[in-house]
Amino acid sequence: MAAPPKDGKLAQWFHRRGWQDMIIGIPYLWLILFFLFPFCIVVAMSVATRTPTAPPFGFGGENPIINLAGYARLFHDTLYIRAFLTSIVNAAGATLLCLVVGYPMALGLTRVSKGSRNILLMLVILPFWTSFLLRVYAWMGLMAKNSWFNGLLTDAYNFLTPAAWAVKSIPMMHTNFAVVVVMLYTYLPFMILPLYANLERLDRTLDEAAMDLGSKPAQVFRDITLPQSIPGIIAGGLLVFIPAAGELVIPTLVGDASSPMIGRVISDEFTAASDWPMASSVAVALLLLMVGPMMVYTHYQSKAEGKAAEEQK
Amino acid sequence: MAQEDLPFIRIEAVSKSFGTFQAVKDVNLTIRKGEIFALLGGSGCGKTTLLRMLAGFEDPTAGTIFIDGQDMTGVPPWERPVHMMFQSYALFPHMSVEKNVAYGLKHENMTAEARKTRVREMLDLVQLTEFAHRKPHQISGGQRQRVALARALARQPKLLLLDEPLAALDKKLREHTQFELMSIQERTGVTFIVVTHDQEEAMTLADRIAVMDRGQVKQVGAPTEVYENPASRFVAGFIGSITAFPATVAQLSGDTATVAVPAFDTTVTARAVPGLVEGQSVTLAIRPEKLTINAVKPDLGNAVAGEIKDLAYFGKDSLYRVLLPKGDLIQAHAVNARRTAEARPDWYEKVWLSFEPASAILLTE
Repeated sequence: MAAPPKDGKLAQWFHRRGWQDMIIGIPYLWLILFFLFPFCIVVAMSVATRTPTAPPFGFGGENPIINLAGYARLFHDTLYIRAFLTSIVNAAGATLLCLVVGYPMALGLTRVSKGSRNILLMLVILPFWTSFLLRVYAWMGLMAKNSWFNGLLTDAYNFLTPAAWAVKSIPMMHTNFAVVVVMLYTYLPFMILPLYANLERLDRTLDEAAMDLGSKPAQVFRDITLPQSIPGIIAGGLLVFIPAAGELVIPTLVGDASSPMIGRVISDEFTAASDWPMASSVAVALLLLMVGPMMVYTHYQSKAEGKAAEEQK
Repeated sequence: MAQEDLPFIRIEAVSKSFGTFQAVKDVNLTIRKGEIFALLGGSGCGKTTLLRMLAGFEDPTAGTIFIDGQDMTGVPPWERPVHMMFQSYALFPHMSVEKNVAYGLKHENMTAEARKTRVREMLDLVQLTEFAHRKPHQISGGQRQRVALARALARQPKLLLLDEPLAALDKKLREHTQFELMSIQERTGVTFIVVTHDQEEAMTLADRIAVMDRGQVKQVGAPTEVYENPASRFVAGFIGSITAFPATVAQLSGDTATVAVPAFDTTVTARAVPGLVEGQSVTLAIRPEKLTINAVKPDLGNAVAGEIKDLAYFGKDSLYRVLLPKGDLIQAHAVNARRTAEARPDWYEKVWLSFEPASAILLTE
């Protein structure tokens, strides 16, 4: 005979399921409350009609219930198309540069002694300890027309090129180049850390095996290290590309105002133009554009996890 | 052929230090062409370091390695005519079995067709043709081991290094693989150097064994030589089981030495070793299977009284631990040739142990 239950049915259920459900439930609740719910508001706003009231949109009455004018303008108005293109080109440029600069750094981190590795990893994260804005302002100072840094580059340029091409200063501020450089600087750790995590797990014996079979170090990298680090490249690439594409602060501070990025457009529509339905349409479009790469990421992630689980068997 | 006897690999006065730790100390070895040579020793004895120096992953701190007459100093791993089968197999996880085997061949100057044929030959050799398109994580441990072997042999190396080739396999598979390795070696004629900590593996696989301890080679010889004529107490104890007792040489006549063994409470005769003098302190060592257990004292030869203290029955044979007059224990091993229990000594039975003079090993070291 089983002993009679001491607690009530509810307590029993809670012991069986409660804790587990609660722990899983908290992040879900958070996401529903602070992401899904606001996102539904944004979607609703995107199909509303602009009115001169406060808040500046309305449904029904003299307005159509669903107004897709905002979405239609995305395809007609070159401002939005250009903004999306600028965002994608800038973000892709920053991602590519982050990869080119970050990959050797991540690989280097796996090849140094354990002691110096921790110090170097800390140095990668160290910039986060300073305010992001302060760091962008520092770059503005460096790139400005009359800065010592610009002067140095100008002198070097004038020295190396014919006199006819001489310039007074190098135009760096308020260009897409400046946006890409600052984004490279800001997002580099997001590329290095996932790449490092990936490269650090690789079995160095495989490098030796490839060398033993006749491959020089460069061939070992191409055949063994690089193919195995693709999940890390994808993870780092998405962690840089997605926030870079929606970046607002950097293009506002150092970018070219005549070719704004999409974050700037959303911000302007909300504030200056006070066209909330249009701003919401752009925001929804941006999100849809980013979901694509995100799905690629999760696909690779689950594939890698499945493989790891299979290997453990 | 005389050429076969010429040393193919010469390791001359090779030492290797990591900081203050000396992993390999002044090792001299010559290995013949087409031989299976085993480096045997416990963990940290320097056998793997020696293997890595042959492969080119480590440079000797001092000394020189010659392979087929060529000085290997400064030759990088990718230029050595040496391939290695790693203990973990080190198969490339992102490549199929076929691509793994083909990997080394892309550095060979051969047509795509010839390369394909070679890969097929190799997969045939290890009987894995049907798994050619599988990834390493989709095949079993034994199959992975064979892929590693095929990959290492594909480029027809002059020397194949095998790092604990059977360590990751279960017992049944090990025995099977052992013979397979030997037959593949015979068919390909490649010189094998096997690193192992398992003395049985070394004995069955190898033509010759080098026993290593703390960076030094203690003895080199054929398995029977190393087993029956160990040069030192270390080698005697490392290979097989043995019981050793301190003894004193009482009398020498020809190649027979009479030694007093306090633990036996009597004198016994043993085969003399060169350089022995009367009155010298030596170690008398004897392997369990060399002892015969008798119920009554035999008329002739060495006999030692004892009492059965412990016995372990394994089926085909039994191991006895026999208490000697002075309280020491000696191991004796007997084949259970008869089915009846009366034929076997039992617990606490008084017995006589006998052995031939040639069976006892006298060690001066």
